[in-house]
Amino acid sequence: MSRRPAVAAAALGAALIMVLASCNKGPDAPGPTTQNPEFNAAVGKVFKPSDVKGGTLRMANSGDWDSLDPADTYYGFSWDFIRFYGRALVMFAPKPGPDGNKLIPDLAESLGTPSDGAKTWTYKIRKNLKFEDGTPITSKDVKYGVERALDKETFPNGPTYFNDFLDLQGYTSPYKDPSPDKLGLKAIETPDDNTIVFHLKAPFSGFDYFAMLPATIPVPASKDTGTKYKEHVISSGPYMFETNNLQKNFTLVRNPNWDPATDPNRKALPDRIEVALNVNADDIDNRLLSGDLDVDVAGTGVQPATQGKLLADANLKKNADTAALARLWYTSINSDVAPLDNIHCRKAVLFATDHEGYQRAYGGSTGGDIATNMMPPLVPGFAKVDLYNFESKKNGDLDSAKTELQQCGQPNGFETNMSYRAERPKEKALAESLQQSLARVGIKLTLRPFPQGDYFKLYAGKPQYARDNKLGLMSNGWGADWPDGFGFLQQIVDSRVIRESGGNTNLTVKIPDVDRMLDEALQTTDTAAREKIWSQIDKRVMEEAVVLPGIWAKVLLYRPPTLTNVFVSDGLGGYYEFVQMGVKQ
Amino acid sequence: MPATAADAVIRYIIRRLLATVLLLFIVSIITFAIFFLVPRLAGATADDLASRYVGKTADAETVRQMADKLGFHDPLYVQYGRFVKSVVLGADYSVGPTTMHCPAPCFGYSFITQNPVWPDLVDRMRVTMSLAAGAAVIWLLAGVATGVLSALRKGSVFDRAAMGTALAGVSLPIFFTGLLSLSIFAYKLRWFPPGGSFTPITEDPIQWAYDLTLPWITLAFLNAAAYARLTRAGMLETMNEDYIRTARAKGLPERTVVVKHGLRSALTPITTIFGLDLGILLGGAVLTESTYSLPGIGKYAIDAIVNNDLPKVLGVVMVGSFFIIIANLIVDLLYAVIDPRVRLA
Repeated sequence: MSRRPAVAAAALGAALIMVLASCNKGPDAPGPTTQNPEFNAAVGKVFKPSDVKGGTLRMANSGDWDSLDPADTYYGFSWDFIRFYGRALVMFAPKPGPDGNKLIPDLAESLGTPSDGAKTWTYKIRKNLKFEDGTPITSKDVKYGVERALDKETFPNGPTYFNDFLDLQGYTSPYKDPSPDKLGLKAIETPDDNTIVFHLKAPFSGFDYFAMLPATIPVPASKDTGTKYKEHVISSGPYMFETNNLQKNFTLVRNPNWDPATDPNRKALPDRIEVALNVNADDIDNRLLSGDLDVDVAGTGVQPATQGKLLADANLKKNADTAALARLWYTSINSDVAPLDNIHCRKAVLFATDHEGYQRAYGGSTGGDIATNMMPPLVPGFAKVDLYNFESKKNGDLDSAKTELQQCGQPNGFETNMSYRAERPKEKALAESLQQSLARVGIKLTLRPFPQGDYFKLYAGKPQYARDNKLGLMSNGWGADWPDGFGFLQQIVDSRVIRESGGNTNLTVKIPDVDRMLDEALQTTDTAAREKIWSQIDKRVMEEAVVLPGIWAKVLLYRPPTLTNVFVSDGLGGYYEFVQMGVKQ
Repeated sequence: MPATAADAVIRYIIRRLLATVLLLFIVSIITFAIFFLVPRLAGATADDLASRYVGKTADAETVRQMADKLGFHDPLYVQYGRFVKSVVLGADYSVGPTTMHCPAPCFGYSFITQNPVWPDLVDRMRVTMSLAAGAAVIWLLAGVATGVLSALRKGSVFDRAAMGTALAGVSLPIFFTGLLSLSIFAYKLRWFPPGGSFTPITEDPIQWAYDLTLPWITLAFLNAAAYARLTRAGMLETMNEDYIRTARAKGLPERTVVVKHGLRSALTPITTIFGLDLGILLGGAVLTESTYSLPGIGKYAIDAIVNNDLPKVLGVVMVGSFFIIIANLIVDLLYAVIDPRVRLA
């Protein structure tokens, strides 16, 4: 018997197994997988799938957490990482590709059940859940966790969705709650230890996204130490804190009271997780490349020097992933400032922009794709809208720009100011690019840099300041809190979120139609219908020309060969999925 | 030392220490004014200041509550008085369910991390002092020895090589030499631990020294270069003095001439600059700590400035000023020891 048929049969068998593996779409399947180290091997598929437990996952962060406390955190990487030690009611499916955008129950048995026209949402909590000290987890612990997150005087960093949507009836904080058990909030009921009911002020069809927020991670009231709780968060997840040296480092070890039978979502592969904080960003890259580190927690991508190295060296590039983010870099066009109060002058800006110049300012194609509208492709419901020929005329449509200027009554152009964050070289490069491209039709930009820390609070996000100082164009950026139309759009297109006190990302989108459509979407429980409304809102904003979309952002990540079971999560907006990662033994 | 001379020294030290307290008081007023008064003069309201310390979707009411909590609505003298009181008597802060006492010298409460500043500073000082002390020993010994040898062998190969290396040391920034050293010695050759490694000396002195060897050498390389050039210039000048010729004529051994008469005189300016350098370094070796990810005062200061965390900035400024003033006092005292011509007045 010749070897040839045997080899062919073996090859056929192997190919069949690989095809079957890559097509495995069962409910608990990890999704497509690959073993081949190649560029983007962990985008849309699981690279080096593994169930091998053990080892230490070594992570580092060039900065620090806003807080490890589930009530007080708003960083994307923190919402990814927190699932090591906390379980919210709901989470994004830990799967690669679009499947990762779907919400699945975590602490809850199923997604929420709406009633009263989506004003009331009920969740049943899984049984036999325990905190790290062996105390049973009940619905009251979840309620307490949400209650304390409402207290923005003590926990200023977290999002305010529960403050904005729950029917609080004046409730502000469990620390000012006269009831003995500190569970006096009427907007949340806990009829039994396994049921929690949320009552909203108004219908909200996407409440499951709120149930995904870290604020729904249970907190035992008896262990709550307020702002000190971040020093030792009581774990409800697979890992708990062994050490926590604030601002320096911390270590997680296995939580002996976490029962995998109650948690179908987490593989919990490493035995130990070590996190170093405030590590020099270039040093993090060096350590990743040398194998001394497994993960850069911040997930903002490698530094410029490393980026060049990765893209130029095929051996390194095969360990890199370029992940699309649910983030848009854009420029706000201020209709409060003349002559941009005239829609034709605003359209002239859109037509005259050199979009390739915009892209170059953000690092070229590695930094992202030219955006034609606001919602990034990662957001479900995305539909491309190109009203101003961005794709066909990448360097600008000057004829159309001049026509618009004529209609605006400014045939020779006009002068206005553009703000950007002084500490951000990319925004400076963008401002200079726009200055050059708009000058081609006579629009003269005066560049106004402002300090990053106060940019939105005191300058470009403060309506009075922007009006008084005639900031016509304002460099801006927005990442979705979660990849959904509401999570992406609400804070940047709803005119009712604009606060005179400052801190606004949106200053320029004030369109009654858009506000009405947002309200309509919130009451629409049918997902497809709701997603259609998001794209209609996107188109309506573009019609008003109050925003110049720039780049749908991407990030270049390095994936050390020490990692297994690694993939980029769409649901988490372009971060590696931390809770499924393993380390090579 | 005769009793009257000892009394004079003690009186001198007491006078200088009192001046130190006064100076720190003035520094605190100036720093406080820069961060709290100047923004007010530029038109910022209490709510504007507070808006830096609330979440990104905070409403006006939340901002007002935060301004109340941080005391920004109070007159400036009240705010400053509160700061001084916290230094002298300590302070109480709400942490949510309870109140926490921060014992003196509390130095206020971080607006961002919601921790009292003083314990942070003490913790960071261990790192900065470890870094500064080790590096100072290396750069002083290496720099002075190289400078003396270069001066004694002026124009030799050693002199040229040493001064060339010194020029490179002064020219190369720490963030370059530091990252290069880490890349080669920590990640390629694996002779030293990665950035961010620090073991307190009280836990394991050998590990302490091992962890800090690369940062010490990097920091010392920069300063040793400058000290070598200074020492060489000083020694060249001194060795041409008449009293050196006299010493040689008396038949003193060359070693005694160089060390006791030449170097001693050349050391006076070195001591001055060393005191200042060490004082500044104890206030935070910003670049070295950032490059090696060491959690010292310098890194703390950078984070505080980036986050507009004013109590932390104030704390760092006070600690930095204290070290510089004390280092200068010690230098002034050492003058009398090194140079018999100098007497404390």
